[in-house]
Amino acid sequence: MTYFSDVAALARKDLLLELRAKETLPAMLLFVLSSLTIFHFALPHGSGRLASLGVLWVALVFTALLGLTRAFVPEREQGLMDALVLAPCDRSAIWVAKTVAVLAFLGVAEIVALPAFAAFFSGVDGRMVGAVALADLGICAVGTLTGAMAVAGRARELILPLLFLPLVIPVVVGGVGASIGAGGKYLGFLALYDAIFGLLAWASFEYVVAET
Amino acid sequence: MVTAHNLSKRFGAKRVFERVEVELGQGDVLLVTGPNGSGKTTLLRVLAGLAAPTGGELERPHRGAIGYLGHEPLVYRELTPLENLALFGRLYHVAEDRERIGMLLERFGLWHVRHERVAAFSRGMQQRLGLCRLLLHQPTFVLLDEPFNALDRDGAALLDRTLAELAERTLVVATHDPGRVEHLATQQLAFA
Amino acid sequence: MNVKLPVLATITTALFAAAIGLIFFYAPTDADQGLSQRIFYFHVPIALTAYAAFGWGAWKALLLLRKRTENADLESYVAIHQGVIFGSLTLVTGSIWAKISWGVWWAWSDDQLVLFLVLFLFYCAYFMLRYSVDPGPARANMCAVYALFGVVLIPVSFLAIRLSRSFIHPVVFTSNGPQMTGSQFFTFCVSLLAMLSLFAMLYQLELAGKRLDARLRELKELLA
Repeated sequence: MTYFSDVAALARKDLLLELRAKETLPAMLLFVLSSLTIFHFALPHGSGRLASLGVLWVALVFTALLGLTRAFVPEREQGLMDALVLAPCDRSAIWVAKTVAVLAFLGVAEIVALPAFAAFFSGVDGRMVGAVALADLGICAVGTLTGAMAVAGRARELILPLLFLPLVIPVVVGGVGASIGAGGKYLGFLALYDAIFGLLAWASFEYVVAET
Repeated sequence: MVTAHNLSKRFGAKRVFERVEVELGQGDVLLVTGPNGSGKTTLLRVLAGLAAPTGGELERPHRGAIGYLGHEPLVYRELTPLENLALFGRLYHVAEDRERIGMLLERFGLWHVRHERVAAFSRGMQQRLGLCRLLLHQPTFVLLDEPFNALDRDGAALLDRTLAELAERTLVVATHDPGRVEHLATQQLAFA
Repeated sequence: MNVKLPVLATITTALFAAAIGLIFFYAPTDADQGLSQRIFYFHVPIALTAYAAFGWGAWKALLLLRKRTENADLESYVAIHQGVIFGSLTLVTGSIWAKISWGVWWAWSDDQLVLFLVLFLFYCAYFMLRYSVDPGPARANMCAVYALFGVVLIPVSFLAIRLSRSFIHPVVFTSNGPQMTGSQFFTFCVSLLAMLSLFAMLYQLELAGKRLDARLRELKELLA
């Protein structure tokens, strides 16, 4: 039970920080709307629904990337990861909490992005929403882990996309597949991805932030 | 309580320290002295468990019993002192943390700014808050890295009293200016 | 893998001589694709060797994280480095094969080729990570975690690419066993052994070089 109260305390801290700074979430919202607008002009007339669906997934992945770039900024700035690592809680709780926070931001961005997509391009059905929700889990799980790696190095913002994008190619495949209505196997694949990479990230996060 | 045998740390080929022997029990105060860049901070980080030693053996208490204050106060700048201490109280599972937080803030002269953002604090006030965070969970093994940094006269006097109390536990202090701590020290380790 | 380097080099040379001889003078010419099909005896063993290298790198990474084995970080890095070299060769040979067979340098419909592109991107990021963090236990941990993600990414990506494709790549192995004649299969096996032994040799060679370099640095530090 202490595990969950640790996660709750840490996630609450991240939401509080965002509530106060109001940086990440507005940036994500503006970014996803800007990208959808750009894509309207990037797709030649008559490209059709399939192309626009692909574009939606590109927008979602890059919006998530924007949020992830900011995820560990409070910890990085003042060496605060030291304080969290020293605390007697399980280190994986840090990962769970951060994933929950990023997931919340991404979820809010999508609550705006999906209706905007429906208005700008074409309709959104239940399966698509399911696919987006499943994809979010995998994106945030993997993204938080790679985000923690990226802030440890010198290149930081530069390196996160490089670490993150090859890992989420399967998510894009599953998401686009489910969106174009090709059956439940894509949703199943996304769930499988979430389970495998979620477990791996949960188990390995401790090694990323702590030496001992 | 804390024993290090033949402890060494290297960054790549660069040797930071070698063959360090430490044996501390309750009531021991180890004073680590030396100029900037001589490896004091690294030794404290290794003893605290923040960095892994390259060689040797190290025994130390579990994480919940360790208190560490480094060059940074290790508090969130966008949160208030109350929120910071509440978070760490939760993570260290401090019972009755509200009372204890109030007592610490009072003692370090931060009670009147308990609802203000830490970012607006002077460096010395941040250091005081860092000391509150350090003492919150009543650690039995305390590591302080240049603790007098940025403190004004009142703050330094407060820290003097705190150090005298902490000397009953197990204390490691690293400083380039040992004057204020020397009278407490039971052991010394000089880095060149 | 504790065989001496000269021994390994000799074995590798012998195996390569045998493999090249078999490929050009023993294996039958493919009725369908003709002479160009012989690139198969290079392409597929190189690809499998790359997998083996990534797998070996991940195994060393696991040893580092679980057992704190000394040198495991360096060994994991060297294995992955060799894996990327073999992976790049897979992309090149695959591309040549695609050009000859289908007339295009790149075919998204070729699962293996696409998978190697994904892995190439992934493991290049591994190097970026490694060079952006200062050497030490923290970097060793991080690289090990990323290497483990790599071996998990291989099957997951493969599944993803299968799900996303249209299919024109010739399948060599099926559930009924290899669709090769005995002589083809023998040639393939010798060629695979030659590649694996080349990997083992390069791995030992690079490892020896890196260790020598580290020793040299230590000596310099001592003298300074």
